[in-house]
Amino acid sequence: MRTHSLLSLVAVVLVTAACGSTPDPEQPVPQAGVDSAAMRARQDSIDAENRRRAEEEARRAEADRLAREAAARAGQVRTDLTSVIHFDYNVADIRSDDRANLDRKAAILQANPSVRLRISGHADERGSDEYNLALGNRRAAAAKMYLTNKGIDGSRIDVISFGEERPVAAGADESAFAQNRRDEFEVTSGGDTLVAPQ
Amino acid sequence: MRRLAIAAALLAVAAPLAAQDRAQDAIRIGITYRPGTRPGLVVLPGSGADSARAIVKRDLDYSDRFQMIETGTSAAGGPVNYEYYRTQFAADHAVEIVSASGGVVVRLHDLAARRVRNQQTFPLPAPEAAGFRMAVHRISDEVTRWADGTPGYAASRLIYLSGDRIHRVDNDGADDTAVTPGGEKALSSAWAPDGRRIAYTRFSAGRGSIAIRDLSAGSAETVHGTDADLNFSPAFSPDGRTLAFARAEESGATNIFTSNVASRCCLQRLTVRGFADNLSPTYSPDGRRIAYVSSRAGPPQIYVMSADGTDQEVLASFDYGATGPSFAPEWSPDGASVVFHREVSRSPQIFILDVASGRVKQLTSVGRNEDATWAPDGRHVAFISDRTGRRQVWIVDTETGRVRQLNTAGAARLPSWSRLLGG
Repeated sequence: MRTHSLLSLVAVVLVTAACGSTPDPEQPVPQAGVDSAAMRARQDSIDAENRRRAEEEARRAEADRLAREAAARAGQVRTDLTSVIHFDYNVADIRSDDRANLDRKAAILQANPSVRLRISGHADERGSDEYNLALGNRRAAAAKMYLTNKGIDGSRIDVISFGEERPVAAGADESAFAQNRRDEFEVTSGGDTLVAPQ
Repeated sequence: MRRLAIAAALLAVAAPLAAQDRAQDAIRIGITYRPGTRPGLVVLPGSGADSARAIVKRDLDYSDRFQMIETGTSAAGGPVNYEYYRTQFAADHAVEIVSASGGVVVRLHDLAARRVRNQQTFPLPAPEAAGFRMAVHRISDEVTRWADGTPGYAASRLIYLSGDRIHRVDNDGADDTAVTPGGEKALSSAWAPDGRRIAYTRFSAGRGSIAIRDLSAGSAETVHGTDADLNFSPAFSPDGRTLAFARAEESGATNIFTSNVASRCCLQRLTVRGFADNLSPTYSPDGRRIAYVSSRAGPPQIYVMSADGTDQEVLASFDYGATGPSFAPEWSPDGASVVFHREVSRSPQIFILDVASGRVKQLTSVGRNEDATWAPDGRHVAFISDRTGRRQVWIVDTETGRVRQLNTAGAARLPSWSRLLGG
């Protein structure tokens, strides 16, 4: 818009100067009719160019917006795929409040067939150090079994156990224990372009 | 074997252990400290051999067989005044240690009989030499055998996990050293019967193999069949030829396997159940049975099977839904007992099972106490306790209940006690 105003101003100045000055014999005298037609044509092309630029700008903005949204969706997909689930004391049963979480993971794995996942099971510090390795392994395998029962190929999922070796919460109270009894999910390959499930 | 037989007989006779407490009401502490019933022993003051004398004195104290008597007097020399020590200090034994060329002469005096009961010359390296302390510990064990007829445990060491590394420490807290390299995360470990090698889990990103490390050579070798999945809780068979261990498998189950370490072959699965976890194997001293932890009934408890995996049955009885989960069994050197820990009000405590009668006895009640391991005398037990605020190794005499702390560098986990170590 600003360019448009400037060009109009220049055009007006040129017209005024042409009319007000003594004609120079060396220069062709502009004809008033021809002048206005040329200027209209010039103005039209300027307007067209401006419209074209504006449209291109709008298209670019829309593409950016779509890309940002896609990235946000992919980020959300990744977040959903790697979010932690928790367990009750001394058991490896999937809790009912974690089923929706695992259902989302299953849908994401269906929509992204090249993604591979590693599930690591963890325990709180109670029980023996050695038993907790077995318990962590069982917790990781429980989540894998849930996903394979939803149709995910088991060869896409590895299970490992850290027992009580990697607590996320320090302290020896139930709140810390509850946070430490968990499965973590890590994308090991195929995670560069995640698409959201339909 | 003869030592073991003697120890077994003594345990069977002496056991106030087995006397009380049925399984379900074993919350009480079953033992009390009874200093008066032990023979009085004085280590005679003398000149020379001071560091050897100090070590022997402490070892005999830690043996818990004797009422140690302090005379407070300095060396007099000359013949031992039997009457003086017997009447003034109520001593039964006097141990005399005198310097000799290249070592010491040690005499055990029977004060009542007024005679030397045992006498032997022991060669010793110089006090600053590497083998000096262990050589003196072997003298202490010999004196214990002279005076009490039982094997001691002074010439032994423990390994335990400190941070990411296995440490080795003498049973009196001396010479605490890391024996696995930095940058490697170790987990559970076990001594080979030869006392020269250990097996341990090399943990790496949620998986782990089992390595056997030669402590003097400093070299390590991966045990055949343990390079996949997560393998842990190793235990050598008494002949040292077989290693039993647990493997957490991809299916989610944990099962017990054996691998022949003598011929580096022949992985064999001993437990098969897919819906239970089986781990923490420990061989009976005759090598014919394996006690282990299984969750086949739900909460983990102590089971036993033949060394080939057959005849699996409950070893430490429990009331379903009432008895706390039980872990980490270790068979005693005399075969008569299995020590393990069991949760009481969600806090682990050390228990001893008398295998013949099936009775269990609770040994600890203060703090969290777990992962017990037998001393080579079959009488003392080391375990991890947080009673002073952080996890440390403690040693309890199962006959008197006397407890001492083993000073270790940092927080300690998963101890394993060696057999008596030869020269």
